[in-house]
Amino acid sequence: MGDVIYRVENLRKAYGERVVVDIQQLEVRRGEVLALVGPSGAGKSSLLRLLNFLESPTSGTLAYEGQTLTGSAPLDVRRQVTTVFQRPVLLRSNVRENVAYGLRLRGWRVNGRVTDMLSRVGLEGLSKSPAHKLSGGEMQRVALARALVIDPTVLLLDEPTANLDPYNVGLIEEIVRQHNREHGTTVVLVTHNVFQARRLAHRVGLMLSGRLVEVADTTTFFDSPSDPRTAAFVRGDMVY
Amino acid sequence: MGDLTLGLAHAVRLILSADPALMEIILLTLRVSGLALAISTLVGVPVGAALGLARVRARGLITALLYTGMGLPPVVVGLFVYLMLSRSGPLGVLGWLFTPNAMVTAQVIIAFPLVSGLTMTAVQSVDPALRLQVRSLGATRVQEVWAVLKEARIGVVAAIVAAFGGVISEVGAVMLVGGNIEGKTRVLTTAIVLDTRTGEFSLALALGIILLSLAFLANVAMLRLQGMTNIE
Repeated sequence: MGDVIYRVENLRKAYGERVVVDIQQLEVRRGEVLALVGPSGAGKSSLLRLLNFLESPTSGTLAYEGQTLTGSAPLDVRRQVTTVFQRPVLLRSNVRENVAYGLRLRGWRVNGRVTDMLSRVGLEGLSKSPAHKLSGGEMQRVALARALVIDPTVLLLDEPTANLDPYNVGLIEEIVRQHNREHGTTVVLVTHNVFQARRLAHRVGLMLSGRLVEVADTTTFFDSPSDPRTAAFVRGDMVY
Repeated sequence: MGDLTLGLAHAVRLILSADPALMEIILLTLRVSGLALAISTLVGVPVGAALGLARVRARGLITALLYTGMGLPPVVVGLFVYLMLSRSGPLGVLGWLFTPNAMVTAQVIIAFPLVSGLTMTAVQSVDPALRLQVRSLGATRVQEVWAVLKEARIGVVAAIVAAFGGVISEVGAVMLVGGNIEGKTRVLTTAIVLDTRTGEFSLALALGIILLSLAFLANVAMLRLQGMTNIE
């Protein structure tokens, strides 16, 4: 968990007059789980889209693996990063084909990897089932399996367990934790759930109105935050 | 009822006898409409997909034009193609008038708005989040478009089926630009018109039943293709 995988400096994303991301400095370290918490509209998901190169910043610097990216990122860089969104968007196909999708895009071998990944997320018995007929928790596990099977360098999770039952929340958290530990995958997790951030993350950051208020290791963030807004947020007070 | 029974019996007899003149008409019908459909699909599906996916400023106008094109009266298309291909027309030099090429051209003009317009609608109905998701999984631009088309495949096949129905059953355009010349440009619909005019009702009915059967078989084949790819 040493070197830096993302370096962000004066990064701004605006839609017209509305600034949704305005971050002076942020470093994401290789192999860490970084959780970003904050209220709705704080710019967390917008930041994830920038980190996944799905959108270009309005201004500022976004460096990945030491390489400053201007304009659209090259395909080989894009293919090292993937996102699991809050609402799983699955292809109109069966579970197996959904999980295999990213492998097929890259022209990689499918069989063994997909089978292993399905058993890892507890869906081996549903591989032939239509993906659209699964429960919400199962669909999100398919989305997670589809992301992990390509063995990304960076996994971005955008509220991956919102609206899920405790069983699926626990299962997904354990899969992410295990993958991070075994593969050294860097994880950036966006969540409203401070308890989830505490359970999963090595470091936690608070975002408010597009800005990063504070980033600290998990214990410091929760037990002795330096910014009063962080302390208020952790206490459960309304913070905007 | 008598004519209908007679026509049905006649149709069965004609098919079983493999009448060479009838086979020629059936083959030309399939060749002209099949080629027109293939061209319309090859051009119309990408155009429809592009219109459905791209942020085009004049999309409203283009959509209105395509929807108008879907309702083009075949006889008006025939007249337009006739004027273009007639000896004094701008494309008269091609010498296509009263040939199957002219018939294919007219049917492409009829089928293209149907294929592209309905494909555009099908593509627009795909969840916009899908594009973001597949891009996030590392799809190139082409792979992204392909993923959207695959999701919209039920609508795309419906577009092709609608276009096929439109061209195989039309008579106005092929009559005008083909001329219904025996052994050269006579297709099922123009033969039906001719037989009706000459009072050969049972033969006209027989040809009608064959035309319907062909359309039915083609649609079943396309729907089977749709079903094979539709997991649900």
